[in-house]
Amino acid sequence: MEPRVVSSENVVVASEDDIVLARRKVRLLAEKLGFDPFTIAAITTATSELCRNIYVHAARGTTLVEEIATAGRSGIRAEFRDEGPGIADIGRVLAGGYSTAKSLGLGVSGSKRLVDEFRIETIVGHGTVITVVKWKRPT
Amino acid sequence: MSAHGTIPVLRIGSTLLASIQVELRDTIADAFQEDILDTIAKTGATGLVIDITGLEIVDSYVARVLANTGRMATLMGTDTVVVGMRPVVAATLVRMGFRMEGVRTALDVDGGLALVSDLLARRHSGG
Repeated sequence: MEPRVVSSENVVVASEDDIVLARRKVRLLAEKLGFDPFTIAAITTATSELCRNIYVHAARGTTLVEEIATAGRSGIRAEFRDEGPGIADIGRVLAGGYSTAKSLGLGVSGSKRLVDEFRIETIVGHGTVITVVKWKRPT
Repeated sequence: MSAHGTIPVLRIGSTLLASIQVELRDTIADAFQEDILDTIAKTGATGLVIDITGLEIVDSYVARVLANTGRMATLMGTDTVVVGMRPVVAATLVRMGFRMEGVRTALDVDGGLALVSDLLARRHSGG
């Protein structure tokens, strides 16, 4: 079942300050939803990695931060969208072996390990959209 | 950009203690690395303790800058210990697959200072 979108906020990512802003928004939302500290750190760190991915590879893009809910649980969905060069070797990027000057190659693969749901759509020459979901852990 | 004033560096005997209390943007992390290496060269410090208690998150970029700073300082002959990593930060870095290779860590500043003086004593005894 597709979750209901409770709230939604857009952050333009075009500078380092925007990376900080986006991860602050995600942290605040996670805190508001009552996420535990480990889950807060996971989604905040993934946001930082994926925003930097936009900034480094595409120079600018947008991050959509959403509070989502199903009947039984609440979560955060974040979508990272850019119109940059796209990713040619997606398998290598997801395996974590693809490093560039500004990354360890852990940005995308590491983020994937930190979240509950991860989807990547990329077209070379057109851009990349990465969507992640982190659910609140039952207490 | 300089990290001067943003990240205070204290001198305790021949050891430098850098305490990161601000949320790190990439350029501040880079500037911190340069500043700390300069300070080592100027002071001839034999030990460096980097306290990251204040960092709520450490992503792969900041982790790499910290690890590289430690390795660079060690190459210069300054024993380096990163201290104060929060449990959530450690858990997140390990889950991402990041290894802080080549860098010593300790639980807190006291542990870091003790480790640095141990390492120095061992160097002097040739052990």
